[in-house]
Amino acid sequence: MIPETAEHAIDARDLTRRFGSFVAVDHITFDVRTGEVFGFLGANGAGKTTAIKMLVGLLAPSDGEAKVAGFDIHTQRDQIRRSIGYMSQRFSLYADLTVRENFTLYGGIYGLTDAQIRERTTTLLDTLNLASSGDELVGRLPLGWKQKLAFSVALLHEPKIVFLDEPTGGVDPITRRQFWELIYAAAARGTTVFVTTHYMDEAEYCDRISIMVDGRIAALGTPAELKERFGADSVDDVFVRLARGAKKGEAA
Amino acid sequence: MRTLRFLVRKEFLQIFRDRFMVAQMLLMPIIQLLLLSSAATFEVKTAAMYVVDRDHSETSRGLVDRLQASRRFMVVGASASTEPGNEMMLARKVGVILSIPADFERDIVRTRSGSVQLIINAEDGAAAGVTQSYAAQIIAAYANELGAQLTPLVRATPPIQVHARGWYNPELNYRDYMVPGILVQLVTVIGTLMTAMNIVREKELGTLDQLSVTPLSQSVFMAAKLIPFWVIALVELTLGLLVARFVFHIPMLGSITLVYFAAAVYLFAALGVGLFISTLVETQQQAMFVTFFIIMVYLLMSGLFTPVRSMPEWAQWMAQLNPVKHFIAIMRSILLKGAGPADVAAPIGVLGVFGVVFLTLAVRQYGRRIG
Amino acid sequence: MNINALRAFVIKEFHHILRDRQTLTILLLMPLVQVVLFGFALRSDVRDIRLAVVDPMPDHATMDLRARFVGSARFRIVEVFKTPDAIEPLFRRGSADVALVFEPGFANDLESTEPAHLLVAIDASDPNTGTTYLNYTRAVIQAYQSELNARSNQVRIATQTRMRFNPTLESVNLFVPGLIALVLVLVSALMTAISLSREKERGTMEVLLVSPLRPQQIIVGKVLPYLVLAFANVLTALLAAWAIFHVPFRGSIALLLSESILYTLVSLALGVLVAARTSSQRAAMLTALLATMLPSALLSGMIFPVASMPGWLQPVTNIVPAKWFIVIARGIMLKGVGLAILWRETLILSAMALLLLAAAMRSFKPRLD
Repeated sequence: MIPETAEHAIDARDLTRRFGSFVAVDHITFDVRTGEVFGFLGANGAGKTTAIKMLVGLLAPSDGEAKVAGFDIHTQRDQIRRSIGYMSQRFSLYADLTVRENFTLYGGIYGLTDAQIRERTTTLLDTLNLASSGDELVGRLPLGWKQKLAFSVALLHEPKIVFLDEPTGGVDPITRRQFWELIYAAAARGTTVFVTTHYMDEAEYCDRISIMVDGRIAALGTPAELKERFGADSVDDVFVRLARGAKKGEAA
Repeated sequence: MRTLRFLVRKEFLQIFRDRFMVAQMLLMPIIQLLLLSSAATFEVKTAAMYVVDRDHSETSRGLVDRLQASRRFMVVGASASTEPGNEMMLARKVGVILSIPADFERDIVRTRSGSVQLIINAEDGAAAGVTQSYAAQIIAAYANELGAQLTPLVRATPPIQVHARGWYNPELNYRDYMVPGILVQLVTVIGTLMTAMNIVREKELGTLDQLSVTPLSQSVFMAAKLIPFWVIALVELTLGLLVARFVFHIPMLGSITLVYFAAAVYLFAALGVGLFISTLVETQQQAMFVTFFIIMVYLLMSGLFTPVRSMPEWAQWMAQLNPVKHFIAIMRSILLKGAGPADVAAPIGVLGVFGVVFLTLAVRQYGRRIG
Repeated sequence: MNINALRAFVIKEFHHILRDRQTLTILLLMPLVQVVLFGFALRSDVRDIRLAVVDPMPDHATMDLRARFVGSARFRIVEVFKTPDAIEPLFRRGSADVALVFEPGFANDLESTEPAHLLVAIDASDPNTGTTYLNYTRAVIQAYQSELNARSNQVRIATQTRMRFNPTLESVNLFVPGLIALVLVLVSALMTAISLSREKERGTMEVLLVSPLRPQQIIVGKVLPYLVLAFANVLTALLAAWAIFHVPFRGSIALLLSESILYTLVSLALGVLVAARTSSQRAAMLTALLATMLPSALLSGMIFPVASMPGWLQPVTNIVPAKWFIVIARGIMLKGVGLAILWRETLILSAMALLLLAAAMRSFKPRLD
């Protein structure tokens, strides 16, 4: 499932972020291959959201380098913005706009033509089985639908990489599965998916994963590799062993 | 620009979906204008007067009669001592005590000069000054009358005839003076508050992050936040002007186009302040508090209620930095005095500079979030 | 009644407020800054009158009269013209306040049997200052005239005026009671409305409502910190007024403080009501603005005297709590009166407080509408 390409979708070297004296992200180094589904795991408070915010350009790094879609995060932020999609941890579509209006807005911002917007909206709504709710105010939809919607908006402009920050928080197991089906579909189309989560079982769905503990990357590899390395039956187990030495965050 | 169009559309959709907001935006200005214009006056209608006449002469009675006849004063009690009057004044039942000494008539006939004493309740301040003014005028007129009645002692050199002309407000109508200022106030308060809350709301809800991740440029973002409220404020101004013209018959001597032009420039400054505040604070609550504070200072120091020229030097300098002050001066010049472009070019220019400064600050501050 | 729960709740509310440093700073500083700023800046007295003179044929009489104006502290001659048409643009631009127009042959007229004519044009756009300009101008002319006509049949009635309770008509003495009323309503009604509606919006209100705390206790807990804050504001404002501006305090301070608390309760209850009836922070803010701030500033007599308002509007002002408080505050501070005179106003405020508090408690039902 991992296509052979020369270039990495994401390349981070010694990426660091400090808040005063607190080091949230401590010199992390990793790369993500194009077309991969990369799971960025760790407990709550381990620094995942801070890391993702640096990669998408919402926070400036205190130290270190990174390239996203081949563009430098220090100097080429605009190009990065054009090439990525993002779904934040907090629901961030406009609750007082309808589903269609949200799509139209973001489509317009990303420069899609009216025809493209119309076309993709219809397709996405069909895929999500939300065709009949096109004109509903987003605020009135149940949580699971909102999450799927936010995910679709992130994919609307067919970005090279999509960043998902805890996309399945608070939804039921069935919706979670549906979500991962969407993620696979996107990956199959060639989109690189960078997803953070604290659900360790979702790690099994990823091509490669990294586990963050106390701001550092404590493990990096395919789920199979890690299970072998740590002699564990599940990624959950791997995490627990790593987390024993952790100073912050809760064991899953 | 296409992106701008999409964003502005989204803002308008959000504004008009909120029924309450729309009602407020339309109603508030009208209610304010109606109430304010009616309430805003310092004229004193009739002051309750207590008379202590120790002379009991025709002359003294004549004075009291004149005062009453003017309808500005109404005698509510009289006696030989001021004590009861003082008591009533404490209880706010009497506004003026007129005290005429025992030899009033005799002094006037003999020496052509007499004196009376006025004790005015200055608890309400502004009213006191006005009451004094009325009384002074009536007493002076009475003095002239008396002078004409008494036989002349010597052939007098003719007096200087003073012809007084009040320009722009011959009827001394306080409302005409206040309404242009009130129009400014209503356009300012809503506009600035709305813009101040706007960006912060997105911060609080989390939608700002989503926008920051897109290739949206900072200036386009800010423009989209500015334009809808700019338009709405101008609509409110129109409503206000209509009410002022057709309900209150405020004079509108100058060009209305010039009024709109000045308003358009002013709004860049006023809304720019709101946007800047919005980029600085973290919660809507803070946005509201800070904005209120600033608006209050702006309004009270703008010459709306008290004249700027009566302020101490340093305060007048501060007022130069106050966009509201400039716009009120412009409105008054154009509407009451028929001022033209040349007359208001300078303050409009100042407003333009403010607009540019605040909007630039807002855009820069928005960009600084990332760091 | 669970006292411990209430105590814990009240303590939590205090922490809440104390942690929001920015808001707290504003809430504590704002009144102080306003009292000081407005105390110094807001005046109605006229000090510098700009005079334009039109003197087509200057002679000793016109120069004499002009000299009087220059000599008086109030006037300042900004321009001298030969023709009257220069006045209009000057007024229009706001560069002059009064214009004195002589006729040619002024001195001759004075020495003849015909009266000499003098045109005084004033910028009367602001009727208040316009009248003042006119009065001062007349006074100078009158003084000049008196010297010319030492003996005439003119009768002069001298008027000794005493402004009781505020002898110097100090603007600040009048503003301070009104400012306190405004600040109190700002902190109490507005802030309470906003913070309560914020909780409603966030959903934390629901958590409270299902807790063992009764709705009345929740309200008390929410409102108590703002009561303390408001009281702190009154103290700082009064202190500033007394120390910096020497505003008189002729009556009982204890009475003033008690009445302030009473008025604060009224405002707090209003704030709670507004929060209960609105559905978003924005809506709460706008409603609070319309229902509390505006009337308190404009209809309470703080700036514009109630007695000057049109007949139909005056009864309306009776529902504005600030109006009654201003009467009380002015009475205590400027006149030194006590409850004997102010009982009616106090009673009205108390009734308002009770009514509004009852309505507020009732509107916070366990079921959020």
